[in-house]
Amino acid sequence: MYYHQIQLSPCISVRPSLMLKPRMVQTSGEVVKTERRRVDHCTRVPRNVNLEKLRNGYLFPEIGMRENEHLQKYPYAKLISLGIGDTTEPIPDIITSNMVEQAQALSTVKGYKGYGAEQGNKSLRKAIADVIYRGLKVKDTEIFVSDGAQCDISRLQLLLGSNVTMAVQDPSFPAYIDSGVIIGQAGELQEETGKYWNIEYMKCGPQNNFFPDLSTTARTDIIFFCSPNNPTGYAASRKQLEQLVEFARKNGSIIIYDSAYAAYISDDSPRSIFEIPGAREVAIEVSSFSKFAGFTGVRLGWTVVPEELCFANGFPVIKDFNRIVCTCFNGASNIAQAGGLACLSPEGSMAVRGVIDYYKENARIILDTFASLGLKAYGGKNAPYVWVHFPGSSSWDVFDEILEKTHISTVPGRGFGPGGEEYIRVSAFGHRESILEASMRLKNLFR
Amino acid sequence: MAKLQAGYLFPEIARRRAAHILKYPDAQVISLGIGDTTEPIPEVITSAMAQRSHSLSTLEGYSGYGAEQGEKKLRAAIASTFYADMGIEESDIFVSDGAKCDISRLQLLFGSNVTMAVQDPSYPAYVDSSVIMGQTGQFQKDIEKYGNIEYMRCSPENGFFPDLSTIQKTDIIFFCSPNNPTGSAATREQLTQLVRFAKENGSIIVYDSAYAMYISDDRPRSIFEIPGAKEVAIETTSFSKYAGFTGVRLGWTVVPKELLFSDGFPVAKDFNRIVCTCFNGASNIAQAGGLACLSPEGLKAMHEVVSFYKDNTKLIVDTFNSLGFKVYGGEHAPYVWVHFPGRSSWDVFAEILEKTHIVTTPGSGFGPGGEGFIRVSAFGHRGNVLEACKRFKLLYK
Repeated sequence: MYYHQIQLSPCISVRPSLMLKPRMVQTSGEVVKTERRRVDHCTRVPRNVNLEKLRNGYLFPEIGMRENEHLQKYPYAKLISLGIGDTTEPIPDIITSNMVEQAQALSTVKGYKGYGAEQGNKSLRKAIADVIYRGLKVKDTEIFVSDGAQCDISRLQLLLGSNVTMAVQDPSFPAYIDSGVIIGQAGELQEETGKYWNIEYMKCGPQNNFFPDLSTTARTDIIFFCSPNNPTGYAASRKQLEQLVEFARKNGSIIIYDSAYAAYISDDSPRSIFEIPGAREVAIEVSSFSKFAGFTGVRLGWTVVPEELCFANGFPVIKDFNRIVCTCFNGASNIAQAGGLACLSPEGSMAVRGVIDYYKENARIILDTFASLGLKAYGGKNAPYVWVHFPGSSSWDVFDEILEKTHISTVPGRGFGPGGEEYIRVSAFGHRESILEASMRLKNLFR
Repeated sequence: MAKLQAGYLFPEIARRRAAHILKYPDAQVISLGIGDTTEPIPEVITSAMAQRSHSLSTLEGYSGYGAEQGEKKLRAAIASTFYADMGIEESDIFVSDGAKCDISRLQLLFGSNVTMAVQDPSYPAYVDSSVIMGQTGQFQKDIEKYGNIEYMRCSPENGFFPDLSTIQKTDIIFFCSPNNPTGSAATREQLTQLVRFAKENGSIIVYDSAYAMYISDDRPRSIFEIPGAKEVAIETTSFSKYAGFTGVRLGWTVVPKELLFSDGFPVAKDFNRIVCTCFNGASNIAQAGGLACLSPEGLKAMHEVVSFYKDNTKLIVDTFNSLGFKVYGGEHAPYVWVHFPGRSSWDVFAEILEKTHIVTTPGSGFGPGGEGFIRVSAFGHRGNVLEACKRFKLLYK
């Protein structure tokens, strides 16, 4: 069945009463239904040109839509979602019981809390400084608790404004580019290359060991860098991050370092940019409880802005970020923050470790599966993502094929940038049985 | 960022309060400044949040990412509770972590190339977010206004409703009713004028209805009660002042399908893109609380809390009336807007703080139209409000 909606642009001239052409539903040549939709008024507010520059919807809702369409097509299929990186395992009791307690306390005179500090509860800020940044000289006053990294990225873009240039890894988490487009930094999209004019794309692939060749990278004001990387799973080494910090220092750039997957690191790769000397003067770090504690729905994260980080005129970045946080945000939910605090207690940390190890074992199974099929699979050791190469293919085609033939959703690499073409990202979140089942189905498909 | 004059208003108030406490460590400071709720959240609501928190530890109950627009059940409940018979559907509703955050997301949506109008005085987030977004010119110190913003004076002289015949056309019109800080709630007739004005000018109204539950008579609680509003207005609101969710963080924005940009593109589509890219949904636990708020028991409980604060408001209104002040607001909002003719509002703020240890908010913090006024908020334990009234009486006898 095909839906055909012919819509006049009704607002070129402002007329009091405009009719859209009827919507015709055709099935095998027969006009089944017509619908008239009446539009009386268009405002004269111009659409934000930046939003026009975004060609498609945000990547992950797109994947969600494809999954739904697939389920409609095959209502009895057992769809296994290894697409959107959504956590699946229950949050350990020790953490949720803290949230239960906080929720209940809000019903008591003594325990009721209204507005919290926009920067987050002092106890949580301290715990993040003491536990996550142990030995790294990050102060609690440099930590801004948030409702998640995706939201922080946009607040950072608000902070930086439209007049800065940005560099991203290619491929990369789509929110960096998309938020850059929205705020007006990106320039026009070049249809042939799929790249925005004003963005510097730092290719990361097997050929350069998933670390950009900085000698060929143009200077930009901002450098987004995610490690362990989403989607490639690669964790930069200490040496590489020293290069990056030096590059930023030389160019007077600010690194926005996304360490949301640091807890998945298996070797001695740095877990924070602040392990690198000199980083405090060039970097902001964004992170999240989402993949660390299963807080994808609970919503909690943080951003570190060191006091030493200054704009060109010497003005401390932290002061402006604080202003953004106070004006455009009102703090993370107090219940989520109570959960965060429990995550960072000794028992909480241990419990959370157990869940992370579970997902890492999933990743290992997936890696092994692809290896056994003779496919080149990257990542999976320091991140919950496996980055599989299908040379010469269109990643959306491979995505479609996998979905159609095995009822497994993944994410086509192209969704993460032109550098992702030919790759598929397989996420390792899922119940163990689903992962094992998926592994079987993939073996059947690709043998 | 460089254009912003000072810190955001309310952290400034908090700073002054903290400094005062350091100076007078034994003083019983009473906070009638920042509009922060004080009364416990009814159990029917917190138990739902406790339950949801607990269920996240179970296999059947665990949920990861929610829909960025909010959980279906909550969106449906909001539509049926607040917008029944107004043609607003579940899909028009975007659940958020609060109105303040939504205001900035709406600014991201509109971009820097739009002009805006605000009431004067108004909730500072509208102007500040506009400055941050790059929509404004420089701050003009002499008139205390930013270039490129149309300030719509709301004062006792015009019944706190702007004279639209003198207002320049702008793309966006921020309108808060019941109003923060003046407490004034627009009538059906006034809102009809506003909608007509927006329609004629092709503008979009961003209608902030965060205090609608405080309305005491039958004036509109939603802009969508006005015919034609769906083609000109967005409504943003919050659970903060109804359910004491100031720390829990939950609100929503309505973007009707009928609202179109000048090229016919639906505003809701772009807002959805913003929500999916710059946000990741309100906390699932907060949403469970929101759903409980909208159960029959929850609604009853919310009305009781609102009533409590309204009784506080009456006490404050009566106090200032009895002292011979010209008092505004207080009938449809938890704010009392007290006139101190000829005086600097920051001076009055400082005097009240120094002499009675009561924190209020100086009217000029809300715009030049707030000069000469003090906003007294009515959130507080009854005992504190009564004590504050006593102290006011002593000071101003």
